[in-house]
Amino acid sequence: MTRPSSGEVLAKSAPSGLGRILDHRVLLSIAVLALLPWLLPSKALAVNVLIYGVVVMGYNLLFGYTGLLSFGQAAFFGAGAYFTGIAIGRYGVPWFAAVPIAVLLSTGLAALIGVVSTRTRGIYFSMVTLALAQLVYYVALQAASFTGGENGLRGFTVDRISLFGLQVNFLDPVNKYYVLMGFAGLAMWFQSRILNSPFGAVIEAIRENEQRARACGYDVERSKLVVFMLSGAISSLGGCMLALHLSIVPLDILHYQTSGMIVMMVLLGGARSFFGPFVGAASFLILEDVVSLWTPHWQIFVGAIFVLFVLFLPKGIWGTLLDAIGVGKARQ
Amino acid sequence: MDLPLIIMQLLSGIALGAVLVITALGLTIVFGMLGVVNFAHGALFMIGAYAGLYLASLTGSFWWGLLLAPILIGAFGMLIEFVLIRRLYGRSIDDPLLLTFGLSYILVEGVRIVFGSDGIPFPTPPQLIGVLDLGIGFFPRYRLFVIVLVAVVLVALWMTLEKTRIGLIVRAGARDPTIMQVLGVDIGRVWLAIFGLGVGLAALGGVLAGPMRSVNPEMGSLVLAEAFVVTVIGGLGSIVGAVVAGLMVGISISMVALFAPEMATIVMFALMAVVLLIRPQGLFGVRGRTA
Repeated sequence: MTRPSSGEVLAKSAPSGLGRILDHRVLLSIAVLALLPWLLPSKALAVNVLIYGVVVMGYNLLFGYTGLLSFGQAAFFGAGAYFTGIAIGRYGVPWFAAVPIAVLLSTGLAALIGVVSTRTRGIYFSMVTLALAQLVYYVALQAASFTGGENGLRGFTVDRISLFGLQVNFLDPVNKYYVLMGFAGLAMWFQSRILNSPFGAVIEAIRENEQRARACGYDVERSKLVVFMLSGAISSLGGCMLALHLSIVPLDILHYQTSGMIVMMVLLGGARSFFGPFVGAASFLILEDVVSLWTPHWQIFVGAIFVLFVLFLPKGIWGTLLDAIGVGKARQ
Repeated sequence: MDLPLIIMQLLSGIALGAVLVITALGLTIVFGMLGVVNFAHGALFMIGAYAGLYLASLTGSFWWGLLLAPILIGAFGMLIEFVLIRRLYGRSIDDPLLLTFGLSYILVEGVRIVFGSDGIPFPTPPQLIGVLDLGIGFFPRYRLFVIVLVAVVLVALWMTLEKTRIGLIVRAGARDPTIMQVLGVDIGRVWLAIFGLGVGLAALGGVLAGPMRSVNPEMGSLVLAEAFVVTVIGGLGSIVGAVVAGLMVGISISMVALFAPEMATIVMFALMAVVLLIRPQGLFGVRGRTA
């Protein structure tokens, strides 16, 4: 594959001072996330924003940047969680080894699903990813001796984490948050590197005009498969974080409703923006938190708000905000 | 394993497949005409089952429920097209999909509010209770009725599409909507009717499935995945494909259930993966739009 020369152009075309500040997107995002536990009503909510933020960020690589609307991201979120739990609980692997192992295995799963699904285009891709993710759900349901089936995976607990000789009590919510934030920071750095690389320009070219990208000599099919795997890898890290956080893995994590929730979050926040996924995850979870206080039927509000967003605010909260202050347009 | 048992299981598979055919047909017709995949199709299937149940208990007869539920829910589908989907023509193909996904949340939660979250048994109509002796074994009367009814609906639909003026307009509109407008056909009205027909078919599938499955707010999510698998195997937009693939999936599920029950939920996905690897556009699909 030839190297595109335009890889740097996208990143460098933000002219305003504000745009230059936003170039340090990883550091800025980490700074905001570091404050989150003190801004949100509960530490548990903050941890969830962190976890779902990473999952949705990985998904955004696929949907926002490459333009592939997958309805099966839950497979990788779930795979990350299950592999982490099985590695720790069944094979006694220490947590710091379980996480990379889980991410690697989940990436393998993404390769398998990707080989089949990236052969299709458009709406077909959405339907096929949904169906294949449901396949993973049913396999997990049937393989109860490994996964716990309907009851979910139990029997692994990470209560202490040793970092550079330092013993950290992982049951303390604040400690837990900042340890998990380390993972999130790593994921953000990785995603930012991908987006700034020539490959990042190729996937955006595929989104803008697939035939033209092909005519320019890029291997569109292979790029789609690679981005599918990278996206799965990042989302699976969110799954690892969830397993460490909850010490159980509920079967529902693999259901397509979870995939749908990921799609909703990325749209609420703003696809194609770096920090949008975290804004989306936070708005969704806060909405759920607030509305479920006064009605068990909070999903009807979530559905209605999502419909309104599709109709009137397709760029999401963060994307619209960036547009309003003129940064978003300059970056496109 | 003796032959009569296999034949009986085959018939069960056809009955299962018949409901899949009707449901997937609604999905595929709407896609063929409007280029829209309705993610609320499963939720509308579920609403159809509830509507059938409610109307049957209101009128005291299953047959009124079977007749009125698809019509009412079909009209509701036309309302959805008119108020929501219509705004999205000309925008990204992802937008109607996302919108209908959000809509399915509203529909499912709405049913939970009205009818509660627990499953409700759907009584089999008294005329169809029991089994029929087929010479080689006994087969539930209701399932036989489902097979016959679906066959009748398919023939009627095929006749309408192939032999009438309306069918001509629909087929031409699927091929080139712009030319149809130039020729003076109000394509917006055709799309409205087709969307209503698609939703009505989903509701019919829901009512028919009612006595075979339990009726609950979540029943649509499984059906949506099944309908997707069927349309992907058959080829999105192809009516023949939906029929062939629906029967194929139904028969495979019931055959596998006979030999390896734990694989029954998985087999249709495996079938889909194999078809995609060999023919990405589906068995009867046209290359270009989707693969």
